[in-house]
Amino acid sequence: MSQTISEPTERAVQDQSNGPRMSDDQALEALRTMQLIREFESRTMQAYQRAKIGGFCHIYTGQEACAVGTIMSLEKTDPVVTAYRDHGHALARGMHPSACMAEMFGKLAGCAKGKGGSMHMFDRPNHLYGGHGIVGAQTPLGLGLAFACRYQLDVMGSGEKRVALCYLGDGALGQGAFYEALNLATLFSTPVIYVLENNGYSMGTALKRHAANADRLVDRAEAFGVRGVEMDGLDVMSLYEQFRPVVDDCRERQVPAFVDLKTYRYQGHSMSDPQKYRTKDEVEQYKEKDSIARLASQLMTPKDDGGRGILSEDDWSAMQKEIKDLVKEAMDFAEEAEAPGESELTTDVYANPQPNLSPQSVYGHGVKNPLL
Amino acid sequence: MTQRTLVGAINNALDIALETDPEVVILGEDVGINGGVFRVTEGLAAKHGRHRVQNTPLDESGIMGAAIGLAMAGMKAVPEIQFEGFLGPAYDQLVNHAARFRTRTRSAITIPLTVRVPVGGGIHAPELHSDSPEAIYAHHPGLKVVMPCTPYDAKGLLLSAINDPDPVVFFEPKRAYRSFKEEVPDEAYTIPIGEAKVVSDGDDLTVVTWGASVFQCLEAIDNQPDDVNIELIDLRTIYPYDLDTIAESVEKTGRCVIVHEAPRTAGMGAEISAAIQERCFLHLEAPVQRVTGFDTVMPYYKLELEYLPDAERIGKGISECLAY
Ligand SMILES: Cc1ncc(C[n+]2csc(CCOP(=O)(O)OP(=O)(O)O)c2C)c(N)n1
Ligand SMILES: [Mg+2]
Repeated sequence: MSQTISEPTERAVQDQSNGPRMSDDQALEALRTMQLIREFESRTMQAYQRAKIGGFCHIYTGQEACAVGTIMSLEKTDPVVTAYRDHGHALARGMHPSACMAEMFGKLAGCAKGKGGSMHMFDRPNHLYGGHGIVGAQTPLGLGLAFACRYQLDVMGSGEKRVALCYLGDGALGQGAFYEALNLATLFSTPVIYVLENNGYSMGTALKRHAANADRLVDRAEAFGVRGVEMDGLDVMSLYEQFRPVVDDCRERQVPAFVDLKTYRYQGHSMSDPQKYRTKDEVEQYKEKDSIARLASQLMTPKDDGGRGILSEDDWSAMQKEIKDLVKEAMDFAEEAEAPGESELTTDVYANPQPNLSPQSVYGHGVKNPLL
Repeated sequence: MTQRTLVGAINNALDIALETDPEVVILGEDVGINGGVFRVTEGLAAKHGRHRVQNTPLDESGIMGAAIGLAMAGMKAVPEIQFEGFLGPAYDQLVNHAARFRTRTRSAITIPLTVRVPVGGGIHAPELHSDSPEAIYAHHPGLKVVMPCTPYDAKGLLLSAINDPDPVVFFEPKRAYRSFKEEVPDEAYTIPIGEAKVVSDGDDLTVVTWGASVFQCLEAIDNQPDDVNIELIDLRTIYPYDLDTIAESVEKTGRCVIVHEAPRTAGMGAEISAAIQERCFLHLEAPVQRVTGFDTVMPYYKLELEYLPDAERIGKGISECLAY
C-alpha cells in the first residue's frame, strides 16, 4: 500500500542546466523562511489540539522547500494562487505570521478577518490570491490571473512582464478543470506556471492508485504543448537553480509551464487522519532527506568540504530562537485578538448592501481588518 | 437489534445492499481502505471486494458521470461525495444528465442512482464543508432528495433509495453522525421516500424541520411551558415532500414554524410556507414563521453557532407565532 516517490528522472537532470546559483544571502533567507514555516506549523498543530483552531487544518511540514524555492524565483508583483494547504505559501509570500495565525483562530485580525480559516489565506498586497478549498478549482484561476498579467501589459500597456504561479497537489490532477486550464494556457499563450506539489498522496490514495501513467506526469502538460519539467522538491538550492530559469523563460516569452516537484508531507492529510495508507518507515525515510536539515548542513559545511561555510552552529541556533519568538508572538497575538461580533455574520456579502431588498435587509459593510 | 450511530446504521445499510444485490456498486474518494472521510464505508471494501467498493481519484465529475453510466446500464450505483460543497464539480452530471434521462428518453433509460453526501454545519468546518444545499437539488425535477437524521430512519431510507428506480440525493447530517446511538434492527427494512415523521404530537403549533435541526427543535420544544403542546414534524424527505402530513397538522394547530439551516431566501421553508397557505389558508391563525440560516455564506466556526438556528432562536420563533 505504501509507495516510494520516484527520484526525478534523467529528463529533469538534463533540465537543471545553467540556472543562476542561489546567493549566500538568498540561501540564508531560504533557510529562515523554511524554518519559519516549520515552527509556525508545529505551533499550529498545538493550537489545533488545544481547540484554538477549528475547521480543517492541513499542515505543510515536509514541503517547505517547494513554496520557498519557487516563490523566491518570483518578482513581488507576480500573482500566486494555491490550494488549501496554504500556510507555507502565505508565509513565503510575505504574509505576517500574526495575520496568518489569527485567521486560523477565526479572529478579525486574520488575513480574511477570521472568516476563511486555515484553507483561505488571502493577501492582496502580497499578490497572494488564496487559499482554495475545492481541489483543482484554483487551476483555471491561475490561468485567469496570468491572462490578466498579459492583457494588462499587451492591451492596456501597463505594468511589466509578469508570470502567475499556480500550485496544485497531485490529487488535483484528477480534476477535469486542470486540463481545461492547460488547454487554454497554450491557446491563449499565458504565462502561468503550474507547480505540482507531488507529495505522493491525495488524502489516503497513493499517486499510483489515483493517477494513470503516474511516472510520466509531465506528459500531461506536454500533450497540451505546455513545457513540463520534473524537479526535486526536497532540495531548495537545486530547486531554485532549476526553477528560476523556467520563470525567466515564461516571463520573457509569455508562455506557460508545468513543474512536477517531488516532495513529501510528514503529517497526516489533515489533523484527523489515521494514516492507514502509509508506513511509519516511509515517513522516516523522507525525514532523513529533510529539506531544512539538508540546507542547514550545506550552509554550515565549510567551503573546502563542498559546503557554503556561511553559517555557524551558533548562528543557526540564534536563527531558530528568533523564529520561535516570532511565532510565539503570532500565537499570543492570535489568542488576544478580537473575535468577530455577530454583526459580522452579514457583512462582506455584497459591495453595496441594499437595504430593504434582501428579505433580511441587514447586509452591512464589515469592519476593516486592523492588519491590512 | 444493535445500538448504532447514524454512521453505523448507514454502514449497515450499505453492507446489506452489497450483500444482497450484486448490482450495487459504491464509488468515491478514499471509500476503500480508509472508509471515506467520515468512515461511513469502513470495512466494506475488505468484506465485499475493491471492485464493489471502488476507490476513485479526486474527480467528482468523473465519479458522478461514471455512476450515471453504471446506472444507465442497469447497475445500482452509490457514489459518495465527501462534502456537499464538492457536489459543485459533479453538478452538471447530476442535474443535466441523471435528473433528466427518464424524461429525455421517455422512460426508456432510467437512473437508479443514490448519491450519498454529508451535509450541514455544526462540526466547526468552514464553508463548502458546512452548507445546506437541499433546496437547490429539490428544485431539479427528476431528482429525489432525502435527509434523515436518526440511525433508524437513515437505514430504512437508504435501502429505499438504493432500490428506487430514480436518482436520489441522500444527505447525511454530519452533526448527527456520531451524536447518539439507537436500536436499529439488523435485518433489512425500508422506510418509504416521501413520508414525513411526526416526532411529537401537539395541538398548539406545528414545527416542520429536517436534518440536524430536528434536535435543536426538540430542545426548543422542551424549553416551552408545559401547557404548550407542539407537534414536531421531521420531514425526512425534502422532495417529493409530504405535504399531506404537514397540512393535516397545520389544519389542527393553525400555526406553523419552519426551521432549516440553509439560507432563508428560496430555501425549502419558502416552498413549504407557500404550499401551506395554498392548502390551509382558512385554518391559519398566524403567518407561517421561518427560523433559518442567513442569506450569507456559511461563516467560519466562530460564528457558526450564531448562523445555525439554535433552541433559543427557534423558541423565539415559536413564541412569536403563538402570540400572534
Ligand atoms: C472538489 C473537492 N473534492 C474533494 C475534496 C476533499 N479533499 C481535500 S484535499 C483532498 C486531497 C487532495 O490531495 P492533493 O491535491 O494531492 O493535495 P495534498 O493534500 O497532498 O496537499 C481531498 C480529497 C475537496 N476539497 N475538493
Ligand atoms: Mg498530494
